[in-house]
Amino acid sequence: MIRVWEFLTATRGGARLHWTDWASYAYLFFGVFLMFFPVIWLVMSSFKTEADLQRYPPTFLPYQQQTLMIDGYDAPLPLFEITGGAYEGMILAQVRRVGLQAQMIDPASPGERLRVGIEDRVPVERFTLATENYTELFERFSFLLYFWNSTFITVMATLIMLLTNSMAAFALSKYDFRGRTAVLLIVIGTLMIPQTVVLVPLFLIVTELGMFNSLWGVIIPGAATPTGVFLLRQYMLTIPDEILDAARMDKASEWKIYWRIILPLSAPAIAVLAILAIMWRWNDFLWPLIVLTRSENFTLQLALNSFQGELQTDWSSLLAMTVLTLLPIALVFMFLQKYIATGIASTGGK
Amino acid sequence: MASIELKNLRKSYGAVDVIKGVDMQIAHGEFCVFVGPSGCGKSTLLRMISGLEPITSGDIEIAGEVVNTIPAADRGLAMVFQSYALYPHMTVRQNLSFGLENINTPRAEITRKVDEVAKMLQIDMLLDRRPKDLSGGQRQRVAIGRAVVREPKVFLFDEPLSNLDAELRVDMRGEIAALHRRLGNTMIYVTHDQVEAMTMADKIAVLRLGEVEQFGAPLELYNNPRNLFVAGFIGSPKMNFIAGQVDASDRTILHLDTGESMKLPATGFRQQVGEPVTLGIRPNHMHAIEGGPVKVLVKSVEQLGGESYVYGHTSRGAPITLHSPGQTRIDFGDTVYVDAPLDEIHLFDSGSGLTLREG
Repeated sequence: MIRVWEFLTATRGGARLHWTDWASYAYLFFGVFLMFFPVIWLVMSSFKTEADLQRYPPTFLPYQQQTLMIDGYDAPLPLFEITGGAYEGMILAQVRRVGLQAQMIDPASPGERLRVGIEDRVPVERFTLATENYTELFERFSFLLYFWNSTFITVMATLIMLLTNSMAAFALSKYDFRGRTAVLLIVIGTLMIPQTVVLVPLFLIVTELGMFNSLWGVIIPGAATPTGVFLLRQYMLTIPDEILDAARMDKASEWKIYWRIILPLSAPAIAVLAILAIMWRWNDFLWPLIVLTRSENFTLQLALNSFQGELQTDWSSLLAMTVLTLLPIALVFMFLQKYIATGIASTGGK
Repeated sequence: MASIELKNLRKSYGAVDVIKGVDMQIAHGEFCVFVGPSGCGKSTLLRMISGLEPITSGDIEIAGEVVNTIPAADRGLAMVFQSYALYPHMTVRQNLSFGLENINTPRAEITRKVDEVAKMLQIDMLLDRRPKDLSGGQRQRVAIGRAVVREPKVFLFDEPLSNLDAELRVDMRGEIAALHRRLGNTMIYVTHDQVEAMTMADKIAVLRLGEVEQFGAPLELYNNPRNLFVAGFIGSPKMNFIAGQVDASDRTILHLDTGESMKLPATGFRQQVGEPVTLGIRPNHMHAIEGGPVKVLVKSVEQLGGESYVYGHTSRGAPITLHSPGQTRIDFGDTVYVDAPLDEIHLFDSGSGLTLREG
């Protein structure tokens, strides 16, 4: 903790701040603001009510108008502070509003109706988190189902992808066979074909195989990626062949060499690939949108999209769900980011 | 019994012949060293025996059985690699037990064997460490231990000491020799260092350009080198060579190309009159003597106290080394005359390089 503080308050040296310190910190704060402000704004907005979201000018913190339950009325009445006229300074509850006049009552003496001009009152607001945005996700929408779909697709697709890619990379880096370069070139060549071009044929194949509207239809087509094969191959090239020879002399089968020697030694590259795959699969939108049409198969991204109607958008639910969708990926990144940095450095550098 | 026999063994990469027909017989329990300059194919030959390198033609027999198509794992061999090739992600214990696990040895037996071998190689206190935390010598021991623990028929060593510093190398040399005495297995050891070869081997195979130049006991190679290459390669410092021609009428007189002449023994060599020959004399057989037949201009002198080396060259520029016990009075810039006892000289055909020794 002390070291973190030391790092965050590091200066150029000397007791007084040099002008470069000021410049650096200004620059860094600007960067932090630029990157974090939208995220924080999103989180704040996700706690606002629908009415609060529509307000102009917008507020940073979520506010809600205070209400009060008064005998004789079915619903809680909104509270207003009176800023002018006969009742200035009082806090009244509004019964109804008619044109430019509002009918209000004093909570202290609920029998008497008072008339106030609408320009003479200001809503009584307090900082309140609209947690119902979140609870509603679980009550009204099947958030957990979407979450499960997304998790299932992400985890399965990542595992299958790591397995197939690492096996291909092992073969392409450690076995000398006729046509190895050609295979590698074909694999890398597929990088040049945009996904949108093969979308229709891919869709036909998936439909033909009966995987339309199934989670496997999302998982299988992306199970092998050229980038993954290439990344792992380049890393595996750095593993000395003598270690494999030693394992062969130790009577290890080729499968065992792959499983016990190659995979553990490629762990940094595999970690990088796993993180990339998780992020890609979790955030993937286009392909699931095409394959999954029934709402019980929706991933979170598709569910988010469905909140956005043609005429009306349920912003409060949409924002709350966006936050929940971001969380897992942010956590993954937080815990594994050191592997990304070291992994990318060592896959490229050696 | 694990004798090894190589029959006309060949290996080529495309049009390039790397091993050009090697025949060799290694008896059970022998310590055989392949020695030669780098690029001579000695490591390739070892890898062919191990099964890691496919052979182009010929036969490899282990214990009388042709193993050409048997994969490396099933030949009953163990190999120690130049880079040690330890599994970096495993502890020393896991490194040692990996091979045993692969042949489904019961867990208790693995533990027993690993402990036993670790004790023997004095690495028992390192069993829980990873290779990166070990010194070069310790890694070497682990690599040897990994080979020993599987109780193979034959051990193969591929330049195992070349990554160690000089002092450690001498120690490990002794330990490997001791290991061979204790286990009594057949061992094949590849090195480019002829001192290692001389000190450890029962048999030495000198290789050059994919061919065996000579195969035999160390002293046999030292005393009766078959050709100029073996004569120059075995022994340290190198044998001195002086080109010359046998006298046109008297085959016991040699005219050196420096213009000097000396006597040759009448028996022991089959030199013909007028034949161009190369005279070979080991540095320790050469001595400076007043009135010696060959003039040497001294370039430098190394006084080690107990022994001394004198480096110089003949009047035609051929390098000459003198090695003598004790201390010498010869100094830099001197001109000395050297001679050698007739029964210690070697004589080679200058054209083919083969020895002219009879028998």
